[in-house]
Amino acid sequence: MTDSMLKIENLHAEVEGKEILKGIDLEIRPGEVHAIMGPNGSGKSTLSYVLSGREGYEITRGSVSFKGKDLLALEPEERAGEGLFLAFQYPVEIPGVPNTTFLREAVNAVREYRGEERYDALKFMKFVRAKLKELGMADEFLKRAVNVGFSGGEKKRNEVLQMACLDPSLAVLDETDSGLDIDALKAVAEGVNALRGPERSFLLITHYQRLLGYIVPDRVHVLSRGRIVETGGPELAEKLEAEGYAAYVGEPEAA
Amino acid sequence: MSERTQTVPLAPGVARLLGGEAAALPGAGLPWLAERRARAAERFGALGLPHRRLEAWKYTDLPRALKDRDYRPARELEPVSLDAVPALTEEEPLARLTFVDGLYRPELSRTEALPEGVRLLTLAQALEREPALLEGRLGALTADDGGDDPQQALLALNAALIDDGLVLLVEAGVTVPGRIELVQLGGLAAEPVYHGPRHLVALGEGARATLVERIQGLGPTGSLANAVTEIRLAERASLTHLRLQEAADEAIELATTRVAQAAGSRYESFALTLGAALSRHELLVTLDGEEAEVALNGAYLLRGSQHGDTTSRIEHRVPNTRASETYKGALDDSARAVFQGMILVERDAQKTDGRMLNKTLLLSEKAEIDAKPELEIYADDVQCAHGATAGEIDSDALFYLRSRGLDERQARALLIEAFLAEAVETLSDESLREPLLERVRAWLSAAGERGRMEKESAA
Repeated sequence: MTDSMLKIENLHAEVEGKEILKGIDLEIRPGEVHAIMGPNGSGKSTLSYVLSGREGYEITRGSVSFKGKDLLALEPEERAGEGLFLAFQYPVEIPGVPNTTFLREAVNAVREYRGEERYDALKFMKFVRAKLKELGMADEFLKRAVNVGFSGGEKKRNEVLQMACLDPSLAVLDETDSGLDIDALKAVAEGVNALRGPERSFLLITHYQRLLGYIVPDRVHVLSRGRIVETGGPELAEKLEAEGYAAYVGEPEAA
Repeated sequence: MSERTQTVPLAPGVARLLGGEAAALPGAGLPWLAERRARAAERFGALGLPHRRLEAWKYTDLPRALKDRDYRPARELEPVSLDAVPALTEEEPLARLTFVDGLYRPELSRTEALPEGVRLLTLAQALEREPALLEGRLGALTADDGGDDPQQALLALNAALIDDGLVLLVEAGVTVPGRIELVQLGGLAAEPVYHGPRHLVALGEGARATLVERIQGLGPTGSLANAVTEIRLAERASLTHLRLQEAADEAIELATTRVAQAAGSRYESFALTLGAALSRHELLVTLDGEEAEVALNGAYLLRGSQHGDTTSRIEHRVPNTRASETYKGALDDSARAVFQGMILVERDAQKTDGRMLNKTLLLSEKAEIDAKPELEIYADDVQCAHGATAGEIDSDALFYLRSRGLDERQARALLIEAFLAEAVETLSDESLREPLLERVRAWLSAAGERGRMEKESAA
């Protein structure tokens, strides 16, 4: 048993021949909450997509190990099965697929991967209703087509619901705070906090400090031009909020 | 090479059919019918098979499909033994007419539960016993013993060889309390047969009915069907017409449907196209009375080298009529679908509301859709829209599902099913949606099986 949840070493990644990640090093232990902050274009979303296995990103150097396994060798669905969850910045609308069907297929796919029995329709409804209750969400969420016609806040809460159902070891939240009003932000943060525990880690990717007012991280990293340029405690986020990213963006490439 | 246009010589298999013994056809003793058949045969001989130089047939090469095929008239073959008709839903239909390889099978049919005011019989029965029932009805909508449009030559072929079919007559004010099934099972005959049914449906004022047409291949024999259906809806009559085409893999399945709608009537059609090597479903609907409404919807799922053609024309002839048409499809391998849709709004047809949409998912690089949605509008105060899209599965949605644990095959199946379910959900009779969705799922899981086999053999 390793005591590392996620270990990223010297990770380099390209999109269409352009290098976006230029040597990322990051280690997260079980139960820890890390935040990666950075200006637009620093590589934040690229990192989240590389971790979840989206096509179109070429890893040129480095390694990522997740609970001791080579994450980069796994298909996206295998990563989900192993316990990696990505909350999307822009959750995808899927017309014609009811949220219940989507959640049931996802939960059962992951359960099968983990060697657990599939839930039948009845068991699943009990399971998902309990999750909704924990998160203070209405049953009505289940009937609607996946994210279709959802407000920004509803989409992000739906991500939190999926996270709760899939029971990940590591959740990566990609700009979960973007486009949310304060009430929606609070609701999402409460949902995340309810899922915190000694065995579950979080990686919060964000541009702004405000989410971190509600989900207090153990470590904060500043990402700039594809590298982590500074690491600190929660106070680093406050400093960034006050001073902005100018100090990092202005740095010459060689620094 | 000759410059002048000429008819394509009849495929020998089809020509032989026309040379058959007319005296053996039902109703041969009726002079008016014999004369119609003779005129139609002559006309078909002159027009020939519709071919690709005709605009309406640009994308469907019927002469090529028929080139090396030979067919025997259905009546010349011995009836095959068959014990039961596969059920469509748990609930049995109110009545059912069953044809197997073109032959009527009374023992597989039932008509005894029909209420007063509903007549359901075969065309041959009507011709033999009650020809008066057909007077003014047979051919009234198709004018198939006259006219010289080579694009409509299949009507003449049908008229020349009219053998059997369904006759459904519902009197004014009568609601048929259950669905009526027209079951056409095929593929079992020892040799390929030609089957040219003519179906007649007439609903009186305010009458209501549901007709479910099932075409199903139970065996491998590739027959040729050339059906013509004439539907007449009187004022405020309402017909739901589901057509499920699951013909044998080698079959050629041709159908022409003509619908004439009086004021306030409603015709709802849903056509699911799954089977046949080559199929064409051609619909012509005329909205002849105000407040008439038509919904033509459907879905096609084709793979291998299947070819499926849906061609429709809706004519708005008077003010205040409505039409909506949505066809969706999924095409795999080198399958090809054709969607040609025309909404015509005549000069006096003000306040027409006409909408047409065709959407196709291309699951393989070799699959092809030829979509031609058209509006022709001569009135100035109308609301009409049309559109067609074709594309691959949304890669963002695919990744989203995979990031939630579904493998690629499951994710694709879920997305395709959702895409098609939207079309199925247009069907107002909810009890008929489930058998359609079952077929969609079966089609998808067959694809999944095949995908797995390919993966395994590659490994």
